[in-house]
Amino acid sequence: MENKTIIAETNSKSLSLAGVGEASYIDLYKQHHESIKKHSAAVMNDSRDASFALFEELRFPTTALENYKYSDLKAALAIDYGLNINRIPIPVNPYDVFKCDVPGIQSYLFFVVNDAFYPTMDTKALKLPEGVIIGSLKEIAETRPELLKEYYGKLSTSKKDGLVAFNGAFAQDGFFMYVPKNVQLTKPVQLVNIMRSDVDFMANSHNLIILEEGAKAQLLVCDHTVDEVRFLSNRVTEVFVGEHATYEHYKLENTHTKTTNLSTLLIDQRASSNVIANVITLHNGVTRNTVEIDLDGEHCETQLCGMVIGDKNQQVDNFTSIIHNKPNCNSHELFKYVLDGFAKGGFTGKLLVAKDAQKTTAFQTNRNILLNKTAKMRTKPQLEIYADDVKCSHGATIGSLDETAKFYMQSRGISEPEARLLLMFAFTNDVIEFIRIPALQDRIKMLVEKRLRGELSKCEGCVICQ
Amino acid sequence: MSTDILDQVTQGDYKYGFTTDIETDIIPIGLSEEVVRLISAKKNEPEWMLEFRLKAYRHWLTMEMPTWAHLTVPNIDYQSIAYYAAPRKNAPKSLDEVDPELLKTFEKLGIPLQERMALSGIAVDAVMDSVSVKTTFKESLSELGIIFCSFSEAVEHHPDLVQKYMSSVVPYTDNFFATLNCAVFSDGSFVYIPKGVRCPMELSTYFRINAMNTGQFERTLIVADEDSYVSYLEGCTAPMRDENQLHAAIVEIVAMKNAEVKYSTVQNWYPGDKEGKGGIYNFVTKRGICKGDNSKISWTQVETGSAITWKYPSCILLGDNSSAEFYSVAVTNHHQQADTGTKMLHIGKNTSSHILSKGISAGKSQNSYRGLVKVNPAAENARNFSQCDSLLLGDKCGAHTFPYMEVNNDTAIVEHEATTSKINEDQIFYCNQRGISTEDAVGLIVNGYAKEVLNKLPMEFAVEAQKLLQITLEGSVG
Amino acid sequence: MLEIKNLHANINGKEIIKGLSLTVNAGEIHAIMGPNGAGKSTLSSVLTGNPAFTVTEGQVTFNGKNLLELTPEDRSREGIFLSFQYPVEIPGVSMVNFMRTAVNEHRKYKNLDPISATDFLRLMREKKELVEMDNKLANRSVNEGFSGGEKKRNEIFQMAMLNPLLSILDETDSGLDIDALRIVANGVNKLKSPDNASIVITHYQRLLDYIIPDFVHVLYDGRIVKSGGKELAYELEERGYDWIKKEVEEAAI
Repeated sequence: MENKTIIAETNSKSLSLAGVGEASYIDLYKQHHESIKKHSAAVMNDSRDASFALFEELRFPTTALENYKYSDLKAALAIDYGLNINRIPIPVNPYDVFKCDVPGIQSYLFFVVNDAFYPTMDTKALKLPEGVIIGSLKEIAETRPELLKEYYGKLSTSKKDGLVAFNGAFAQDGFFMYVPKNVQLTKPVQLVNIMRSDVDFMANSHNLIILEEGAKAQLLVCDHTVDEVRFLSNRVTEVFVGEHATYEHYKLENTHTKTTNLSTLLIDQRASSNVIANVITLHNGVTRNTVEIDLDGEHCETQLCGMVIGDKNQQVDNFTSIIHNKPNCNSHELFKYVLDGFAKGGFTGKLLVAKDAQKTTAFQTNRNILLNKTAKMRTKPQLEIYADDVKCSHGATIGSLDETAKFYMQSRGISEPEARLLLMFAFTNDVIEFIRIPALQDRIKMLVEKRLRGELSKCEGCVICQ
Repeated sequence: MSTDILDQVTQGDYKYGFTTDIETDIIPIGLSEEVVRLISAKKNEPEWMLEFRLKAYRHWLTMEMPTWAHLTVPNIDYQSIAYYAAPRKNAPKSLDEVDPELLKTFEKLGIPLQERMALSGIAVDAVMDSVSVKTTFKESLSELGIIFCSFSEAVEHHPDLVQKYMSSVVPYTDNFFATLNCAVFSDGSFVYIPKGVRCPMELSTYFRINAMNTGQFERTLIVADEDSYVSYLEGCTAPMRDENQLHAAIVEIVAMKNAEVKYSTVQNWYPGDKEGKGGIYNFVTKRGICKGDNSKISWTQVETGSAITWKYPSCILLGDNSSAEFYSVAVTNHHQQADTGTKMLHIGKNTSSHILSKGISAGKSQNSYRGLVKVNPAAENARNFSQCDSLLLGDKCGAHTFPYMEVNNDTAIVEHEATTSKINEDQIFYCNQRGISTEDAVGLIVNGYAKEVLNKLPMEFAVEAQKLLQITLEGSVG
Repeated sequence: MLEIKNLHANINGKEIIKGLSLTVNAGEIHAIMGPNGAGKSTLSSVLTGNPAFTVTEGQVTFNGKNLLELTPEDRSREGIFLSFQYPVEIPGVSMVNFMRTAVNEHRKYKNLDPISATDFLRLMREKKELVEMDNKLANRSVNEGFSGGEKKRNEIFQMAMLNPLLSILDETDSGLDIDALRIVANGVNKLKSPDNASIVITHYQRLLDYIIPDFVHVLYDGRIVKSGGKELAYELEERGYDWIKKEVEEAAI
């Protein structure tokens, strides 16, 4: 029933010419910006028109842009999606139907359904440490505008990126987390993004994460799609990591092949902070992950890694950027891809060391395995170095499984498929090693193995799926 | 050996910066269809050549200058450049007819055009401004069936070969600068090595820009027929002038079955002064095709000159089992900018390519490696290994690496490694402790760092290149 | 020849040498021993002018010249040679080229003409034999891919080539097997003359079986706390360094 409104929105957009995707969204905004704003919060609305103007200028990115060379989003963006501008409640209670499939994980669990934060049933029962605020971005923007004002859009609005600008214009809600000075969350926070709709659907949400000085938090983001319709999610996450703060961000995507997942993760690190970001794509349709980490203080430590297992017609492009603005920081980057079927992988590893960032060490590795003749991999590591007292390197390889190692295993009686599996598993293992939540690490090991065995073809795990 | 070189080099100045006072036939500045026709008419070209130029010119009008390189290119006014300049006495029949001033110029550059070059075993084609001045050894080479002459002569005497191969590797639509070259190119060198012939000597072209406000647009075409071999050298210098001058050249190489072509460049166009004033804008399209099975093309370049370098000597690996190499040392100092690298396109089966790039940045310069390795779906068993190292001398320069790898076949092995570091202070101290001054130590270390590439150059060039590295970096260590 | 008076030196603000005095005369061999972290290697770095270290106090004269005012290369040209504890690899620079540059720089300093190619090669051959160095090593890049023993032999070879007045052997015995140790020590002994002197820095006594010192000094906490003849080395070998530490601490109370 409620979906009618979504459909109504769809129709209003569908009035514009088919195929000219951008124009229809531009019309939609022009016609409905009042209701978009009405169902969001003032802090978010402040930059909304500017974001829209920027989107009008930039439009959706195409492969002609250097930064989107390996992300062909044309087909995904041509689909006529519905948008839930009027915030019609979605008929699903994730707490009833979602059962986390990471055995033994103790987490603070939250949901964003499509692009709306799902109200937590009992905040008190969560027993969050004092001062920690987790909830709906829109709500907290209304109740604590002073808290948001300092941060919201500070990393995103200056980005010359069509998807980020689009998000700035259309995002009305999202996930918010605030960890005050010297507070350390002992349990990971789990954010499950569930996509659920009866019609082709687009979700734009904005996440904001603030760790004050000396704070510590782990966030596990899981992307799930539920219904067999085409989904597009365009999410922007801004993370502010204060001095001496420690932040771990694990993003696990396990969505169906009709999903287009566009995610932009922007992290700002202050002096002596420590960040781990791990972006794992187990199963998906079309994925574009942008991860940009700015090191804005001395003695920062950054570990950025990711893994992709792709087959069928899956397409994954990880675009990463680490910018060393200050001296004495260390960054390590590691991405691994295993591609089969007609999968297409893309990787960009931009590493920039600014003029004054002396004594930087930055190492980057991208290794890729193609399992057949139809899978494709494109990789573009790049170093831009403007300081001299640095140690920087990158290495990239594209190849197939090590035949001699496989033969060695076979000669010890291991079957060919099992040898392949072992090698692939070993290949991806070092990315998994960077997960510091033991229960999650074990679970992902198991999922990767299942995935490599071809047993994981759909978003298995959440109860809604079954 | 190094000390000899160091002794010779006491000044860090550009020593090829003199101008030659000779009569020059120069056309008015500006570019139009008339100018294209005028160039063609001055060279008495056949109709097909004029048509080719006009086709390119009309296409060029639709193009825009590329901006993707990591370069800050000031606005270039293409209407303020003269597109044709030639020493007045054209096409000398023998050495006696060559303007003596011109001969002196090349003598000064250390490029004697006399036949005594036989002793050093190098045949030279000298190109001043836009025109090939004199090709030595033409006769002795022709006995072997080798054609080594100016491009204009080739158009006149070997139109079939020129028509067959010109633009077959770099199409006239290829890129902004290549298309411009197709419209206005003035001269260049042409080489044809017939089947089964190993060219017994190094072939060399020496390019010199002399006249003011001119651009140099030469093109070189090298065709190595089946089972042949040739090693080709290219050197370039220009006078010191305050204004910038444009150089937009094309080099095409065709290697047929079992043929091997080695192409070496020592590029030392005037880089501008220490404040970044003047210097050559060097926008060059170089590409070879390994057309036949088992063919091999190797590019070696030492890039020390030019205010701006935009250059990607590339290889199309079409033939099965063909192989390609790219060895590069690029040094930038003061305000120089270089964006250089290669493209390796693997199409045939069992093809291999090897890339070794050594960048050295000093002063306020920016030095980028940009490379593409692409493996097509049918290119079974393609192999590539790339190594790109950058060395930084000083904290005001930049060193950048932009490798692109696109692999569409699972039997490929493509590997890339890059490192960036500053000159190692322990190494300098170690040299100091043995009595070697810091400046000399830097020279030694840099030459050592670049050695793998320098070793690929023919002997005469290697010595020249080592000297150049030393000169280019002088004054870069405080 | 060398006179060090009340030397203080630090690295990154951390004081390592804390008032060290030492006099070395021509014809003498001095051994400097001491526990790890005593400042042994810092002393060699300071004497050769390694820019990583800062001298805050004291004087060092070498044949009457103020050593601390000289650049590292001029100290070398004046005749100070350091056999590095960790010889540096310089890829792409051949030993021949490296040594020829160094020899000629030394000659230039003494207003001599550069050495001729034939003389140089003869000199190389002669000195290589001294340390039983493989011909091939000379054609390789400086220290690149050399084994530990080869590197140390290469140091002594360079010492022979440059014929210094004062050689400082910094832990030359570390990582050497007995044969290499013998070769290195032989080289050093053959180069000994009444006009030159050596400072042998070592943790263990075993090198001193081969290179007999005239004086043994114990360096502890940035100072020379005990000096004696070669018998002191045996005592240290037997009793370790703890009793010295104890003595020092007791003296402090």
